[in-house]
Amino acid sequence: MENANQLDGFRSDVRVWVQDNFPASLAGVDLAGLAGGESGAKASDEVKAGMETWRQRLAEKGWGAPTWPVEFGGGGLSDPEADIIGEEIFQAGAYNPIPHMTGMGITMVGPTLLEYGTDEQKERHLKGIASGEVRWCLGLSEPNAGSDLASLSTKAEDKGDYFALNGQKVWTSGAHISQWCGALVRTDTDAGKRDGISFVMLPMQQDGVETRPIRLISGVSPFCETYFTEARAEKGDLLGNLNDGWSVVKRLLQHERQSQTGGRGVSMVDAEPLHIKAQRFVGVDNTGALADRDLRQRLVRNYMDATAHRLTAQRITDEAAGRVEVSAAASILKNSNTRVAQGKAELALEIMGSQGIGWSGDDFAEDELGIVREWLSGKAMSIYGGSYEVQNNIISKNVLGLPETTQKG
Amino acid sequence: MAALTEEQSILKDQASSWVETQLPVQKFREFRNSNSDGGFDPQAWTAMVDMGWTGILVPENYGGSDLGYLTFGVILEQLGRQLCASPLFASAYVGATALNLGGSEAQKQHWLPKIVDGSEVLTLAVDEHSRHQRDRVDSTAQPSGDGFVINGAKTFVLEGMSATTLVVAARTDEGTVGLFLVPVDAQGLSRRAMQTVDSRDYARVTLSDVAVSADAHLGAMAGSELYEAVLNRAASGIAMEMLGVGCYSFEMTLDYLKTRKQFGKVIGSFQALGHRAAELYSAQEMARSCAEAGVIAIDQGADDEAAMSALSKAKTGEFLFDMSNQLIQIHGGIGMTDEFDAGLYLKRARVLETTFGNQAYHRDRYATLLGF
Repeated sequence: MENANQLDGFRSDVRVWVQDNFPASLAGVDLAGLAGGESGAKASDEVKAGMETWRQRLAEKGWGAPTWPVEFGGGGLSDPEADIIGEEIFQAGAYNPIPHMTGMGITMVGPTLLEYGTDEQKERHLKGIASGEVRWCLGLSEPNAGSDLASLSTKAEDKGDYFALNGQKVWTSGAHISQWCGALVRTDTDAGKRDGISFVMLPMQQDGVETRPIRLISGVSPFCETYFTEARAEKGDLLGNLNDGWSVVKRLLQHERQSQTGGRGVSMVDAEPLHIKAQRFVGVDNTGALADRDLRQRLVRNYMDATAHRLTAQRITDEAAGRVEVSAAASILKNSNTRVAQGKAELALEIMGSQGIGWSGDDFAEDELGIVREWLSGKAMSIYGGSYEVQNNIISKNVLGLPETTQKG
Repeated sequence: MAALTEEQSILKDQASSWVETQLPVQKFREFRNSNSDGGFDPQAWTAMVDMGWTGILVPENYGGSDLGYLTFGVILEQLGRQLCASPLFASAYVGATALNLGGSEAQKQHWLPKIVDGSEVLTLAVDEHSRHQRDRVDSTAQPSGDGFVINGAKTFVLEGMSATTLVVAARTDEGTVGLFLVPVDAQGLSRRAMQTVDSRDYARVTLSDVAVSADAHLGAMAGSELYEAVLNRAASGIAMEMLGVGCYSFEMTLDYLKTRKQFGKVIGSFQALGHRAAELYSAQEMARSCAEAGVIAIDQGADDEAAMSALSKAKTGEFLFDMSNQLIQIHGGIGMTDEFDAGLYLKRARVLETTFGNQAYHRDRYATLLGF
């Protein structure tokens, strides 16, 4: 393991590299939105070109997936080194778009492929993810299989050298702009609920796949309904063993929770702190305290909860001595991150009063409208990736060892 | 659990096994039932001195081991788990902190070795009203000759009947609050025991024209800085004890959830209780991070030491408040009986909540420190 001096040296190298390589044309651009595919169409040609240059430079270093092995397009680096890259890119006002550009690729599909994939599968799929060139979506939930995912009914029929998929998936993030999909399908209808499921990978650009974006309460459409009609998944793209897809997806979902734990508080845009916003909208009394004392107490609770979350994420990393394993702690952190973020959004709206209920138009500032949309889209945090209640089931059962609380299938 | 050094781990294990075998909560119960004076078992206190715990915050040249606040905090956590009563916190944590930060070389040489060997038991006398409020100090220390005359009334003085020397917070002529070492047998000082729900040692103290010499004043930090710093650190220490009280309460509750049967099932299989346990466990993990961060910030001399102290007391308080209530609720009728330990933990929890400022007080402080 590297010592502090080596890490400091690494940090200054990264800093210089980012300074030298982050294209000037991208300064101040909403790269997260761009990488997410939402506002991509609106970007100028110059920005698009800058983005592509920046992606290529990061990919050459393997910094799209810094901890993956070099042979699969990663950087072969340690977790502390990966953290340093993230921090330095953030400090420079830049942004690493690759994780976002790959949809579910970097955060979920890749780590699961590294664990369950054959050499041939790793060789074929990982590089495209690490370089940010191939976007992945996941076909997991179905209209009648949400929190109870194992009751899914999309079927995959063995056709010799391929599987033919029939069924409907829902909440497939970015399905309409993805090149590949990891899908959970039923391969044995006679087996027990969790025993007849397999995990297959299939290209999205084929006749048997149709996607329909779903418009959400926040006005955007990041999710789709995805229909499989005799869609083709090659046998070589079965991940893990046949009928053992439940093991694969459990691991995949652990990676998902891990990616939704809010990390260590390094976020892309740290907008105006809430207490400054409150001072602006609510005012202060003659002691300098916020005029609304009730709001002040609730604000400080949210701040404390945010700090407690950050300290806990840090502590869990420290306890693992720098090697972050997907752990039961992810459920705790996913829920605390959700509570803090949703609470923060509600406080922001409350602070802004009638400026915090705008939908569009010139009566509202752009950041005010942004906060409202974020408040709405944030309601999904306690639903996706295993709902708040499902996380509590996991904690009570897997962490605390309490008996099964839900009916077994 | 924060990453500990090897030395800290050894001390933690030693404390944990000593507490479990030598001073389990039954001992506290026996002591309470015996109606003995003093609030703690003198033999247990002697053992703590012998194990060197009184020297953890004391530099080596004054006879201590100088292992720092996280180490002391880890011991307080272990003591909290079994409600171990002793003047360890009041004297060797708060008292030693006051001397370390505010003492002259001569004062340190005089007092610190006595804290370490247990021949002196120090305690901070700060509160004058039923609600802790740092700026509400009306006691005065007026210059007189080459010393001071102290007047005032103090309440809720920890280990107040067994302490040998009080560290009295009193307002000086400059209007700031200073700390003064006053022996309990000083002329004009009287004290009487307060009977509190946790059956520990607390006293009301009256100081009427108590004359002390100049070397009673801890003057190494200007103005009220020493007073503030000692209270910040005291709050972080209490948070570590609260963490221990809360964690053990959680373990008792979890154990009960796994063994108590109703409707033909263990009650932990009911989702309402499973989710409650999950929420409490999550709150416990957050509380641990905050409590440990409070003492770690002191050891690191962090810029945000004061804010982390407020955070540690408030967040640990939040967890312990809910946990102690659920300890009773989930145990049902048995939790209401004096024969079962739950009540002892609930009572201790509320006393700790009010010690050196409750949750709301520390949230207010946190907001003020952050500038709103």
